[in-house]
Amino acid sequence: MDALVAKYSRPAAEESDPFENELESHDLMNPADHLSLKFAMPPVAQPSSWLRAATDDRSNPECPIKIAHGTTTLAFRFQGGIIVATDSRATAGDWIASQTVKKVIEINSVLLGTMAGGAADCQYWLAWLGMQCRLHELRHKRRISVAAASKILANLVYSYKGMGLSMGTMCAGVTAEEGPALYYVDSDGTRLAGNLFCVGSGQTFAYGVLDAEYKYELSNEAALELGRRSILAAAHRDAYSGGYINLYHIEEKGWTRHGFSDTNPIFWKTKLEKGEFSNVTSELE
Amino acid sequence: MEVLLGISGKDFVLIAASKAAMRGATILKASDDKTRELNKNTLMAYSGEAGDTVQFAEYIQRNAQLYSMRNETELSPPALANFVRGELASSLRSRKPYQVNLLLGGVDKDTGKPSLFWLDYLAALAEVPYAAHGYAQYYCLSILDKHHQRDISLERGIELLNLCADELKRRLPIDFKGLTVKAITADGVKDIPYDDDKIVKSA
Repeated sequence: MDALVAKYSRPAAEESDPFENELESHDLMNPADHLSLKFAMPPVAQPSSWLRAATDDRSNPECPIKIAHGTTTLAFRFQGGIIVATDSRATAGDWIASQTVKKVIEINSVLLGTMAGGAADCQYWLAWLGMQCRLHELRHKRRISVAAASKILANLVYSYKGMGLSMGTMCAGVTAEEGPALYYVDSDGTRLAGNLFCVGSGQTFAYGVLDAEYKYELSNEAALELGRRSILAAAHRDAYSGGYINLYHIEEKGWTRHGFSDTNPIFWKTKLEKGEFSNVTSELE
Repeated sequence: MEVLLGISGKDFVLIAASKAAMRGATILKASDDKTRELNKNTLMAYSGEAGDTVQFAEYIQRNAQLYSMRNETELSPPALANFVRGELASSLRSRKPYQVNLLLGGVDKDTGKPSLFWLDYLAALAEVPYAAHGYAQYYCLSILDKHHQRDISLERGIELLNLCADELKRRLPIDFKGLTVKAITADGVKDIPYDDDKIVKSA
């Protein structure tokens, strides 16, 4: 077993060294040697400022690389476990690149991660986290805790600090030793445990709706509805959020998915049946 | 970090403005009133560039009064809103434009119809059921999208305002020192007591 683990814990990219000069590659990758893969870095003193010059859409609309950004994701702890909800829009500059992104990644049957920020960064490193969690399971013959999983990710992104990673994620899960646990991890290296987080460009709109009615004692149905409604609020007000609402509920027995549902019919149903969004006209005057 | 909020309902308009007057990293005054009464049943709240705000608001206030004296008639809230928009629009193309964002709320003396107007320094004018300026937009519009209805009572309006204010206290990183809250009804403008010292706990 150990031989198997040793064989597969080293990623394929590491087998052949992309750097000819061993010393140089060691210098660049030093802090995360045992954790991370080896990526070719731009051959400049400050990789992050070089990257920013090429990708910052706001200061330079002509920038050559448009990174997929902009999101609303939320997760909160309550009496019945954890609710995780996201929108599904990916934007690159002013362009809607996709309306059907899966921003919840299923790390294992009790652990979920959410994606906000650079789509590629999140997708890659959360998939990588999934791999690390599986390896932990094989090595220790028991499932990883949420605290440990989130810390693996936090340590990884911290080792890349200043190199231009952009991600805001949440790790949520219910385990026997921790109960329901929720962690926020971002690419600055911040890692926070908490009851309630919203992440992304639509976070404030989601916080508005969520904070106003959040209670730990919420019933399962009420909690799912509040999660759904908070994402809808952000999808309505934030130009960079929209598409579909992806809803999950995590309990001790594992997570269950409560649909990937189009925001548009939900919006009109909410408006016409409940009289909300009184700001929007439904008839031509 | 200035807060302006407006909520209209069946027979009233509520306007709230933060009490902090800030310059740089200092709060100069914690009981500032960022509103002016244009006439008996129209109120205007303002935020924006220091100096411009009060100058512009009082200029509008005096001209509204002058109009009433000359013509022996009060201007209706929509008439005032369009007048203010015109003044902002001509200022915008002048050498030194007023950088002022406004909420204008009023109740028509004759018809009893409440109306709320949102104006920004670019002279955009919109009649809306509820409105906010600055960071408050990001936190409060989603709350009002969910909880506001066109025919609400003043009591319900105050409840919604508290819902919004609590969220701002919870999430805004800078203390805005509470709110001045005023209600405009057919009877005129009245102060609504608001508890600045309430502590809001985060989840």
